[in-house]
Amino acid sequence: MRRPSFSGFMLWAGLLFIYLPMVILVVYSFNDSRLVTVWGGWSVRWYAGLLDNRQLLGALGRSLQIALCTAVAAVALGTLAAFVLTRIPRFRGRSLFGGLVTAPLVMPEVITGLSLLLLFVAMAQVVGWPAERGLTTIWIAHTTFCTSYVAVIVSARLRELDLSIEEAAMDLGARPWKVFLLITMPMIAPSLGAGGMLSFALSLDDLVLASFVSGPGATTLPMEIFSAVRLGVKPDINAVASLILLAVSLFTFLAWFFMRRSEARRRRALQQIHEDEQRQPAGR
Amino acid sequence: MKRLRQLFPGRQLVVGIPFVWLLLFFLLPFAIVLKISFSEAAVAIPPYTEIFTYVDQQLKILANLNNYVFLGQDALYLSAYLGSLKIATVGTLLCLLIGYPMAYAIARASKEMQTVCLLLIMMPTWTAILIRVYAWMGILGNNGLLNGLLQGLGLIDEPLRILNTDLAVYIGVVYAYLPFMVLPLYANLVKHDPSLLEAAADLGAHPLASFWRITVPLSRNGIVAGCMLVFIPVVGEFVIPELLGGPETLMIGKVLWQEFFNNRDWPVAAALAVVMLAILLVPIILLNRNQARELEGRL
Repeated sequence: MRRPSFSGFMLWAGLLFIYLPMVILVVYSFNDSRLVTVWGGWSVRWYAGLLDNRQLLGALGRSLQIALCTAVAAVALGTLAAFVLTRIPRFRGRSLFGGLVTAPLVMPEVITGLSLLLLFVAMAQVVGWPAERGLTTIWIAHTTFCTSYVAVIVSARLRELDLSIEEAAMDLGARPWKVFLLITMPMIAPSLGAGGMLSFALSLDDLVLASFVSGPGATTLPMEIFSAVRLGVKPDINAVASLILLAVSLFTFLAWFFMRRSEARRRRALQQIHEDEQRQPAGR
Repeated sequence: MKRLRQLFPGRQLVVGIPFVWLLLFFLLPFAIVLKISFSEAAVAIPPYTEIFTYVDQQLKILANLNNYVFLGQDALYLSAYLGSLKIATVGTLLCLLIGYPMAYAIARASKEMQTVCLLLIMMPTWTAILIRVYAWMGILGNNGLLNGLLQGLGLIDEPLRILNTDLAVYIGVVYAYLPFMVLPLYANLVKHDPSLLEAAADLGAHPLASFWRITVPLSRNGIVAGCMLVFIPVVGEFVIPELLGGPETLMIGKVLWQEFFNNRDWPVAAALAVVMLAILLVPIILLNRNQARELEGRL
């Protein structure tokens, strides 16, 4: 159709650069050889071996638990934050609030992790809570950082919404909470789903924050993997890594799919309205 | 809009909950970091001294600047900051050079292709960075796949030492952060009006000239956003230098981690974080302003 361009070449080369290492990792997780770089035929024995690794399974359980709680809390808080950012134009400290919502997105994790740990230590001294660091403190750290992601996704959606629908409901006497639950929520539901899945994935993946704020016995999956990986490449870690890659890709794909489907549905609905209007121009 | 605002009885609550959470778990911790950076390391739980003491109706503040003096005197920390800045700068430029053409190509593609490409770019940003960095360890190692391939082809006799060098860190940085460059650039480039380039072409401008004089200046906001989104986190990066870098790769995130976990010197780690934050303040403000402008432009 067109002559091949430099930018087109770079796009494909870039995508190859991004995906090739992951493909190689997955392929080599099926390598029968104990030497990770020598191909010894196909095998699933590293996957089978994972089932006996109690330490790893325990860490996985904890990680899933944290990720689930994080997703729920981050969606709730992030939606509130997005609502505030898009629907309440003026209140005291608004610019500070805006900064607080977006800053965790770029803040280096070592800084956030260290500062949260020092907060928890100080809180334990002053109010006696948290007496012990562990799953709860990791959950708080993850929720804080995922809230920003949810807020960004949801506020983008809220900004696109037609305010007149909400105002119409208000004019008809609905209470604000009712408007939010019955009108706004259903319209932003797909982005809530996307935000929740993203939070789940981010929480499942986090190493640095969890390492800082966790306590004895609360090792998460990334921490477990990291301590193994530090010593070099190992076939069973290849298998775990491939499984995580698969799980997270599935989640992100679903998140994307939900967003896209709702987009398509909305476009169709708009088109429908447009057609109806053309059919009966003076009918309203 | 006005009506919405007036009719909001629970407004305080709606604003309050996320606000208090962020103040408590994001802003307050920085104040504590600042405080502890002025204390002394001690063999205690927690391992630092109090700087506020209240004895005999006297409030004593014992702020000690030793940690900062110590950072200034020890060449290790200075070279770690410089090393971080160097790797972040070069890594950001590499991402820009590779990411710009990619974003440009996506923005010029058909609508269907755009969504597919965006998904392909976005997916890795949501996937485990630890694992993606780990994948490179198997490729770049001395008896890794890359060396195996090159030796198998007879291009080299001795394995190249790539893993545990700065080169590997650059590869890791570009690999992990490329999507953060491409996405804002794409969001900017896709809004450009192609008729501008057509007009330039009609007036006899060479495509390269019109690219350089029209497309690049117009995409300034996207370039700034992308560069900051890469630069800021890379300065504090820990996983990539730890797994791919060698002993000579000094980066501040790694040093802070060691200071905290290995030496258990919390006050020095806090001082390191404060200085890092001070360095990043300008880029963070730049990014925030840029995003605010972008948002206003869209509204």
